[in-house]
Amino acid sequence: MRGVLAPTHPRRRVLPGFRLSLGITTAYVGLLIVAPLAALTLRAAKIGPSQLVATISSERVLAAAGLSFGASFAAALINAVCGLLVAWVLVRYRFPGRPVVDACVDLPFALPTSVAGIALTAVYAPTGWLGAPLAAAGVQAAFTRLGVVIALTFVGLPFVVRAVQPVLEDLDPEVEDAAASLGASRVQIFRRVLLPSILPALLTGSTLAFARALGEYGSVIFISGNLPLRTEVVPLLIVARLEQYDYDGATAIAAVMLALSFGLLLAINSLQAWSRRREAMP
Amino acid sequence: MSGPRDRPAIGAGSGGRAARWALTALALLFLGCFLLIPLAAVFVQALAEGAGGYWRAIADPDTRAALRLTVLTALMAVPVNTLVGLAAAWAIARFQFPGRRLLVALIDLPFTVSPVVAGLVFVLLFGAQSALGPWLSEHGIRILFAVPGIILATLFVTSPFVARELIPVMQEQGIEEEQAALALGASGWQTFWRVTLPNIRWALLYGVVLLNARAIGEFGAVSIVSGHIRGQTNTAPLHVEILYNEYNFAAAFAVASVLAAAALLTLAAKAIIGRRVGP
Repeated sequence: MRGVLAPTHPRRRVLPGFRLSLGITTAYVGLLIVAPLAALTLRAAKIGPSQLVATISSERVLAAAGLSFGASFAAALINAVCGLLVAWVLVRYRFPGRPVVDACVDLPFALPTSVAGIALTAVYAPTGWLGAPLAAAGVQAAFTRLGVVIALTFVGLPFVVRAVQPVLEDLDPEVEDAAASLGASRVQIFRRVLLPSILPALLTGSTLAFARALGEYGSVIFISGNLPLRTEVVPLLIVARLEQYDYDGATAIAAVMLALSFGLLLAINSLQAWSRRREAMP
Repeated sequence: MSGPRDRPAIGAGSGGRAARWALTALALLFLGCFLLIPLAAVFVQALAEGAGGYWRAIADPDTRAALRLTVLTALMAVPVNTLVGLAAAWAIARFQFPGRRLLVALIDLPFTVSPVVAGLVFVLLFGAQSALGPWLSEHGIRILFAVPGIILATLFVTSPFVARELIPVMQEQGIEEEQAALALGASGWQTFWRVTLPNIRWALLYGVVLLNARAIGEFGAVSIVSGHIRGQTNTAPLHVEILYNEYNFAAAFAVASVLAAAALLTLAAKAIIGRRVGP
């Protein structure tokens, strides 16, 4: 079987290397990604539905799931608002050090999560640089649920900025000027002109940040304090089960997490397709 | 990433002087609290016991072994995932075939899978309780709680980076230049080396930089398969955790500062290459 050319290229001459490249790719993806994930799914299937439901509906799992969802959602929301603000400032305004600030946005992608975890804990602990003033104001950040939200905001920070930035760069400022000359207020310009254009990218970035936050482990475990029922996130609970050699328990929770990852991946792909259609429009 | 640099900020939505000043200050405050202050804290805490303490932490044999293992892991993961990423991008961006979209989704999957789940699947596959486990121990093959497991987990989490960067770039470029080279009598490999590779080199380098950063820094997945044996299966990010949990904070931050310096190099490389790749 040979590959057919993409329909956008009408000439029918076929490039070489189809079988070799596809062979390498399917073998690698099959062995490294599909086989291990299939092993997890099979193991979960062996546990049986009733046992599976019993495991994941225990009080501790439900508390962890509630915290993971709530904190990931809060972090994604903070990143949607603040990420949009950062992207806006980086695209529209000029200030000294802007290229350095722009480069720093990617820090959470480059920094190992254990380093981020201990750094955030040091800063937000009651004696830390930011934790001390917060504590004086009566807010304890580290070792509470707020600490979990802070860590998850950190890991998701680049997603919204990097999704929204190119769309803002392509926006024609004259459209805003036209709206202003027709008497639109600044709030109206934002809601009626800017927001519709950036909405698909904003949702894509926020969903990516949410997906990343939901599975995050390294940066959370130091700042959260890891109290069962209070500050324990789902990935940490999987590790706790494994450390007690409770493979079925770990597998049951992980299988649900995997199904969620699939669902989020599908959502992200459809959001990205929507963004591309928006960008293609004149 | 690099927008039109000289264009003055215009557009009625941009607001007046006061609004600009306030929005810029708010954005910098947010980035300061979440990125810059924690980053600065790493270096300040690393030097909490002075330069001597810092040096002792770095020169410690366990730290050295952890750094060596991290470099080894990156040296394995980067070439393998670069080559496979190139093959995947070639198959996906140059041909249409049944199951293509499914293949793209599977390549992307490690991005959304939790690192903990990524580590767990290898425990289930190679652990003592698995179908393979007894056979492996009979033949004296150690994968779990040994270096091969660490490399496998790292390969899993870093597998999408190169393909993800290359596929859109190659799709946009089309195949006309490659067809012309082939029509002029070049072989397939010649076409790839002389035509394709020069066109994608910056996007490729960009993907490799990201892949390398993640290979150096992966924590969750590696933590589950490693077993945390000091001097043997302990990577630098894991060593940070061990030192921290022993309340050896200055040493933990000293090792962390080495990793943070590597992250800063990554950011610099990314900014330089990003300007060439374009937005």
